[in-house]
Amino acid sequence: MQESLALIQSYTALGIAIIVGLGAIGACLGIGIMGSKFLESAARQPELIPQLQKFMFLLAGLIDAAFLIGVGIAMFFGFANPLLSVIR
Amino acid sequence: MAAGTDLTPSSYIAHHLTNLRVTFGEGGFWTLNVDTIVMGWLMGIIGIGTFWLVARTATRGVPGRFQGFIELIVEFVDNTIKDVFPGSRKFLAPLALTIFVWVFMMNAMDLVPIDWVAMIMHGLGFSAWKAVPTTDINTTFGMSWSVFFLVIFFSFKAKGVGGYLHELFTAPFGSNPILWIPNLVLNIVELLAKPISLGMRLFGNMYAGELVFMLLGLLASVAALTIGGLAAGAASLVLTWAWAVFHILIILLQAFIFMVLAAVYIAMAHEHH
Repeated sequence: MQESLALIQSYTALGIAIIVGLGAIGACLGIGIMGSKFLESAARQPELIPQLQKFMFLLAGLIDAAFLIGVGIAMFFGFANPLLSVIR
Repeated sequence: MAAGTDLTPSSYIAHHLTNLRVTFGEGGFWTLNVDTIVMGWLMGIIGIGTFWLVARTATRGVPGRFQGFIELIVEFVDNTIKDVFPGSRKFLAPLALTIFVWVFMMNAMDLVPIDWVAMIMHGLGFSAWKAVPTTDINTTFGMSWSVFFLVIFFSFKAKGVGGYLHELFTAPFGSNPILWIPNLVLNIVELLAKPISLGMRLFGNMYAGELVFMLLGLLASVAALTIGGLAAGAASLVLTWAWAVFHILIILLQAFIFMVLAAVYIAMAHEHH
């Protein structure tokens, strides 16, 4: 009982770390690539900045979404772990 | 924060993630999340009422500040729709405006401190009350499935029953009868991916945002008149403020994304292959 509880908790903690960490890596790389391309194109054609800015924010939201969904799920597992209900 | 005897971090978070539920009849199917419905309708009525009031008293002369602000929103949405859809905007632009304002209003409830809501609602005798309708997956999926049905409707309307069925069976690969089934499967996956990603995106963002507010609230719960306690309280204050400011950007961005993607999906339904 006690052992399986500790086992579930430790594996959940590892799972949370992996979800948040990998999600952060992906989102950061995505935002970084998008931002660098935006700056490049803005430097090349400054008159396109207003149009590009709109799409950049749109894409920033799209890229962030997967990461934030992951954080939400991870936090849910951290505080209201549904897997623990099996042994309770 | 109510100082209950059995108030642990997990119970605090779990409590704030509980909807006020009412079940009708047998089984769990007719379970209504009352708080979500009430808050969603309230936000919708406030949004529509504001626009209605401004439209009723609108002048052709020099507009007031508030009328100017409303005109700014309407024009912004209209221009955005103009970029994604070349045809008549008689239906699509008002739809997009409704989605944008409504989602934004519902998201904006995230900025109301959750413990205030909880305190008021406990005072009124309710056991749980979730103030942000978009942190309930039922709201976001309800909206995204509505968009899905509109996509189906406009596909039939723009291409005709025969044309749309023809496209479903022959679209990506070609009209060879061997390819009919793969085409159909691919099209169904493509159709279903739209509402699911649309709903999950809004829900995930709002849910995660709400959870971060709760975690920062937990940090405030250890605030006390010691050095560590003061540091925790100050950190909670600063971080909550910073997250709230960042969250203003997120709620606007998510409302905008939901609107643009809904418009893009409906505009795509008008395109012929």
